[in-house]
Amino acid sequence: MIETDEDRADALFHALADRTRRDILRLVLAGEHSVSALAKHYDMSFAGVQKHVAVLERAGLLTKRRQGREALASGDVQVLRSANTLLSELENVWRGRIARIDALLDQTMWSDQAMQPDQTMQPDQTMQSDHNRPHDHNRPPDPTKE
Amino acid sequence: MPVVDVIKNLDAASLTLVADFAAPVDRVWQIYADPRQLEQIWGPPEYPATFVHHALVPGGRVTYYMTGPQGDRVFGYWQVAEVVAPDHFTFLDGFADAEFEPNTDLPVSHNSYRFEEHEGGTRATYVSTFANADDLQVVLDMGVVEGATAATNQIDGLLAVA
Repeated sequence: MIETDEDRADALFHALADRTRRDILRLVLAGEHSVSALAKHYDMSFAGVQKHVAVLERAGLLTKRRQGREALASGDVQVLRSANTLLSELENVWRGRIARIDALLDQTMWSDQAMQPDQTMQPDQTMQSDHNRPHDHNRPPDPTKE
Repeated sequence: MPVVDVIKNLDAASLTLVADFAAPVDRVWQIYADPRQLEQIWGPPEYPATFVHHALVPGGRVTYYMTGPQGDRVFGYWQVAEVVAPDHFTFLDGFADAEFEPNTDLPVSHNSYRFEEHEGGTRATYVSTFANADDLQVVLDMGVVEGATAATNQIDGLLAVA
């Protein structure tokens, strides 16, 4: 029974400290394997492989499900993701979006002109982008803004 | 570099990103107000978004799906709460079924997007909050995000040391 984060870390590092178990983990991360199919990869008894699978399972690196008489094992990498990692992944999503917003704004630099229905957009001009140019030189002052 | 600040709150499972854009507030707001522009920025290139309904008004609903490289689709919705154009809006973002009925088994995030004039451009402050880290993990595992491969890479790196 895994109780605390420290216990979890112990189980995790114990599981990964063995070459055969790391190899089994690689296999099951690539796709679901029955324990008997895994056993064929190794020069050891079925029971021996089963033992390794059980250690990986206890560490939360592998999950098993039954299908008929077979036990099917698949890898589970989620265990290694801390809250910090998860937030970093979300941050990457956001950074992607922000970069796309930036690119979209860049494409439509002269948006005020483009938004005027009577004016025809000149693609050659509107696509120009010069980062040093003040972007709002063409706008009237906005009285609602300070 | 448009991102000026990132604040991670591990306890609240919330992420705050502050970004500066070289465009007026009205122009940045327009991206969210126009579904055709919004879909250009919402999904990563490998998971482009298509917005189906778009009512960016208090109590309104926005629905979208993202199409994966194998043609697989992930459906989502926004339940819009506050909208004060062009200053801020808040919404719940969740997963839905193919008819855009909210999937209540999957987590939702609370989101607040704020825009203010800053040095002639726009300072945007995005806040996403999940109930807990597990919920955030489920959302990331839906595979619709650039970051989703990070965990796999991480364990690959760990195993490669063997």
